[in-house]
Amino acid sequence: MNLEFGSEYDEFTKEVEDFCKEYSGATITTNDKKFEMHDALSGNASKKSGKSVGRSEWQKLLIEKGYFARSIPKEYGGYGGEPDIIKSRIIAGAFAKYKVPNAMGGQGIDMLVPTLLEWGTEEQKKQYIESTLHGETIWCQGYSEPNAGSDLASLQTKGELIDGNWVINGQKIWTSTAQYSQMMFCLVRTEPEASKHAGISFILIPMDTPGIEIRPLVDMTLKAGFNEVFFDDVTVPEENIVGKRGEGWSVANSVLGHERGSLANPNVTLNRLNSLINLMKEETIDGRRLIDVASYRDRLLQVQGKVLAAQAHSLRLLSAKINPGQNVKLGGMIQKLVGTELRHELEGLAIDIMGELGTLYEDDPNVRGGGSWQFTYMYFLGLIIGGGTNQIQKNIISERGLGMPREPKVQVEV
Amino acid sequence: MYFGLSEEQESIQDFVKKFLADNSTVDEIRKIANGEGEELEKNIIEGILSLGINTLLIPEKHNGLGAGLLHAVAVAQALGSGVGPIPFVGSYVMAPIAINLGGNEEQKNNYLPKIANNEIRFGVGMTEFVGAREDAGIEFSKNKLNGRALFVLDAEKSDFIILSNKSGNIFIINAKEKGVKINKLTTVDKTRSFHEILLENVNAEILALTEENNEIAKKVVDAGRIILAADTVGASEAMVEKAVTYSKERKQFNRTIGSFQAVKHMCAEMAADLEPCYSLVWQAAHSFDTEEVSSSRLLACQSKSHTSEVGKMISKKATEVHGGMGFTDLLGLHYWFKRIGLNRQILGAPEIVREEAAELQGFNQ
Repeated sequence: MNLEFGSEYDEFTKEVEDFCKEYSGATITTNDKKFEMHDALSGNASKKSGKSVGRSEWQKLLIEKGYFARSIPKEYGGYGGEPDIIKSRIIAGAFAKYKVPNAMGGQGIDMLVPTLLEWGTEEQKKQYIESTLHGETIWCQGYSEPNAGSDLASLQTKGELIDGNWVINGQKIWTSTAQYSQMMFCLVRTEPEASKHAGISFILIPMDTPGIEIRPLVDMTLKAGFNEVFFDDVTVPEENIVGKRGEGWSVANSVLGHERGSLANPNVTLNRLNSLINLMKEETIDGRRLIDVASYRDRLLQVQGKVLAAQAHSLRLLSAKINPGQNVKLGGMIQKLVGTELRHELEGLAIDIMGELGTLYEDDPNVRGGGSWQFTYMYFLGLIIGGGTNQIQKNIISERGLGMPREPKVQVEV
Repeated sequence: MYFGLSEEQESIQDFVKKFLADNSTVDEIRKIANGEGEELEKNIIEGILSLGINTLLIPEKHNGLGAGLLHAVAVAQALGSGVGPIPFVGSYVMAPIAINLGGNEEQKNNYLPKIANNEIRFGVGMTEFVGAREDAGIEFSKNKLNGRALFVLDAEKSDFIILSNKSGNIFIINAKEKGVKINKLTTVDKTRSFHEILLENVNAEILALTEENNEIAKKVVDAGRIILAADTVGASEAMVEKAVTYSKERKQFNRTIGSFQAVKHMCAEMAADLEPCYSLVWQAAHSFDTEEVSSSRLLACQSKSHTSEVGKMISKKATEVHGGMGFTDLLGLHYWFKRIGLNRQILGAPEIVREEAAELQGFNQ
């Protein structure tokens, strides 16, 4: 066991920390409502005490310093550094420690960019990656359909190649940020004769194409902003396909794993735990601090045990990336399940200890934490369901991790 | 940067596991548990000691290996996974740490090499320091000890016993001395021994550096808690493996029961909660070995409490996966269930250690 990164990283750590001290508590200014949710979930901008920077300016500054898009080649708008997991960890750790706003995330940056780097043509990489990194091209993901949720590969949105164009008809659901997006990356059934998984293609669709209709789908938080997207003879050029015809399932799956891991960042969980501890020291019942109530305190300590275990575990997973050959077989598969359940429990505990006050929401003048406890409590129930439900996660863990048999296929009766 | 057990630590873990698999199967455990395997137990203990687990925490200059607590954690996981009927946490973790940290040079020279050479074995009674039940407690006056200690660890056939009073002064007595009465307690866990010790004017020496304050006693308890947590992790790992294996063999409704989601999901839940426990316990041991008490004690407390909760869940679900067979003595799964159950209560049950952890962080004023 050796938790030191080594002296060769001392200088880099100092450089990152100096930058973070300068921008500690900084606020990202934007005219767009669309970033509010992202900021609440990443723990950004809870205390507005530092500098104020524009969104695109901030993205560019972080790329220039190599704190964002670090290993993405320069020709596509990235920093062009060698991949270095330890440096990434140092950056993430320092940003969390000094409460520096993270770079913008979202499905374009987190999912499409890595997909294009792996599967895209030279033209596609040049055309899309840089503007996505700068926050100028916002993407939404067109995967789920009303009848293709956990069984995503049964999706039916149809794409036909007619005169050098894809003509797309069908419907997508759970499409976050569709109303703000310039582009969608979409899974479309283009080979109706092929088997379920082999009939899908990955297609890029400009959202201003005629025939696209977006209807808001209000979720239980009343804030998160999902949509339904309808396609009626939506026509895009043939070259908007990523990968070959019928390869869409592989293209999409190459980054799905990344999404699952990133749904519950342990650094953010630790920050939320610290906020909860502060809340319990500030709030009172009958004049007693909540943290002095033994039953509340015991629940806090139980959650802290889980958070510390999750922190230690993320170090072990980091170690396995740095040291090839270190076996963490099951260790990575459990992250989405354990991380989302833990966040939901933590946020729910904050509501419980506040009791009646915990039910206040939105713009109520007495609401605590800007309503973030209720919002995140509900939002994480959404994440327990989304990104592969936690029941699907348990199937993955038991089948791929523990080698248990798959459920036998049910004979369909006609 | 490397987070995990070293090759050397994994290797001693494998040796212990293999030894237990070869020499201490459920049949042997059952004999010992039923009091019919005294010779067998002696052979198993001697066999394990020949791997050197008694030398781990003793400094090199006293003939030991001079390893850290993480080494002992690796061993404890293996002992837990095989429900090894071996004195370990008291005799070879808490005792050497107490003497090494609390003893003067003479005391260290006197006892540590003998533990390393397997000439003497210690029992350890620190339960009252953590929290006294009934009227338990010991009084030290004019070099004599009087009183009663409960749930003394590894006192079976021990030569000396380490005892702590409520203030954290640590004493050594000779177990064979007149005035020492050792009564075996019948607990659910028959794979390890727990005793009541009654003392009447027993000669005792105090570990010199424990006269002033209770910091050393606390550190010894930290180590014990981390080792019990590791034992629970090992026992839990074995229970998950047994449940998964059984579910792939047992058939009902013309299918292996492991193909039912109800069963698969129970197994996935066990595995998902267990994985971070390894990381937590390893980090706690590493912190114990390298960091200030201010940061390591929280991890020690939380390891004990969190693994106890996860272990409790696993011991229940893994038994359920086995159905009626899980409830029988025939399968012997209950040895793991009971070992986890005992680890949970000893040296501070979850609520007790969480309250200590809260105090450490200044939560309860």
